[in-house]
Amino acid sequence: MSSKNKKNSHVYWNPYYGGFLLGIIIIFTFYLTGRGLGASGAMKSSVVTIVDKVAPTHAENNAYYSKFISKEDSPMNTWLVFEALGVLIGAFISGGLNGRIKWRVQHSPKISSNRRLVFALLGGILFGLGAQIARGCTSGAALSGMAVLSSGGFLTMLAIFGSAYATAYFFRKNWI
Amino acid sequence: MGPLIPNGIIPIEWDSIIAIFIGIVFGFVLESSGFSSSRKLAGVFYGYDFAVLKVFFTAAAVSVIGLYYMDYLGYLDINQLYVHPTYLWGAIIGGVIMGVGFVSGGFCPGTSLCAVAIGKLDAWIYVGGIMIGVFLFSELYSFFEPIYNGYFLGNITLIDSFGWNPYWVIFIFSIIAIVAFAVSDMVRKKVKKVFY
Repeated sequence: MSSKNKKNSHVYWNPYYGGFLLGIIIIFTFYLTGRGLGASGAMKSSVVTIVDKVAPTHAENNAYYSKFISKEDSPMNTWLVFEALGVLIGAFISGGLNGRIKWRVQHSPKISSNRRLVFALLGGILFGLGAQIARGCTSGAALSGMAVLSSGGFLTMLAIFGSAYATAYFFRKNWI
Repeated sequence: MGPLIPNGIIPIEWDSIIAIFIGIVFGFVLESSGFSSSRKLAGVFYGYDFAVLKVFFTAAAVSVIGLYYMDYLGYLDINQLYVHPTYLWGAIIGGVIMGVGFVSGGFCPGTSLCAVAIGKLDAWIYVGGIMIGVFLFSELYSFFEPIYNGYFLGNITLIDSFGWNPYWVIFIFSIIAIVAFAVSDMVRKKVKKVFY
C-alpha cells in the first residue's frame, strides 16, 4: 500500500452519522431490555467487588456497598458490567481497523504528560464522585434519561455542560 | 410488544449476551466518532470541535423520536421503560461535579473506556480516578446520603413535571438541537483552529 492510500488515523465518522447510530442503539437497548445504556455502573461494581474481597466485613457494614452485595451472586454479574466489556471490545475493533491502537499519553504539546496525567486523575475522581451522587453519568443519567424524557436526565445533562462551560476557562492551558 | 425481555418475549438468559453485543456496537460507534480522543472531546468547551455536541444531541433526538414513534405504532409500551429517577439536588450537584471532572480529565466514563481499549494511558489513569471517586463516595456515604436520597421527586418525566404534550416537547427539543448545530458551526469558524 502506498503512503498516499494509507488512511489518516485521525479521520473520524461524521458526527451526525455517529449520533444517528448511537440513537438507534439506544432505541434498540430500550426495546430489548426496557432500560438504557450506562458506563459508570461497571466501575462502581468493580469498586464494590474489590472492597468486598479485601475487607468483607467493612463492605457489609457500609450502607452503600451493602446495597450491591448479595450472598448468592457476585456484584460483577450485572448487565452494565457485560455491556462495559462489550464497549472495550467494540472500541478495540474500531481502533484496530483504523490504526489507532498504541500505548501513549495524549496531551496538548504545551503541557507535559505528567501534568496531563495529574489532571486526568483529578477529573476521574470528580467524575466518579459526581456520577454516584447523580446516580449515573453522561450515558446512564443524561443520554438514557433524555431518551425517555426523564426530568432528572435533562437536569443532569444541563448541570454537566453548564458547569463544564463555566469552569473551562480555568483548565484552558491543558487543551488550547 | 416491547420491551422484549421484561415481557418475556426473549428469555432472561439472553440478557448478558445481549449486553455484550450492545456494548460492542456502543463502543464501536463511540470510538469511530472520535470519542477515544480527549482533545477532540474537550473541543466542545473551547469551540474548536463540536463533535460531542453533535453526536450527543443527534443521539438524544433520534432515540426519543424513535421510542415515542414505536410507542405510537404499538411496538413498545413507553410506560414500561425505566425512567431515570429524579433526585433534584443529587442530579444538579452530581452534574456540576461531573462537569468539572469532564473539563479537567477530558473524558466521561463511557468515552474513557473507549480510550482505555486503544491504549491511551491517560484514560487508564482516568478510570483509576473514577474508581477512587466511587470509593470516596462510598466511604463518606453518610455525609452524601442526604443529597443522594433526599429531594426525591419520583421516576418522573418532563411530561409529569410540567404537563407538556410529549410530541411538542420532542419537536421543540429537535428544533433546539438543530439550532445548536448551526450555531456551533458558526462558532467553530471564528475560533482559532487547534490541531491534535
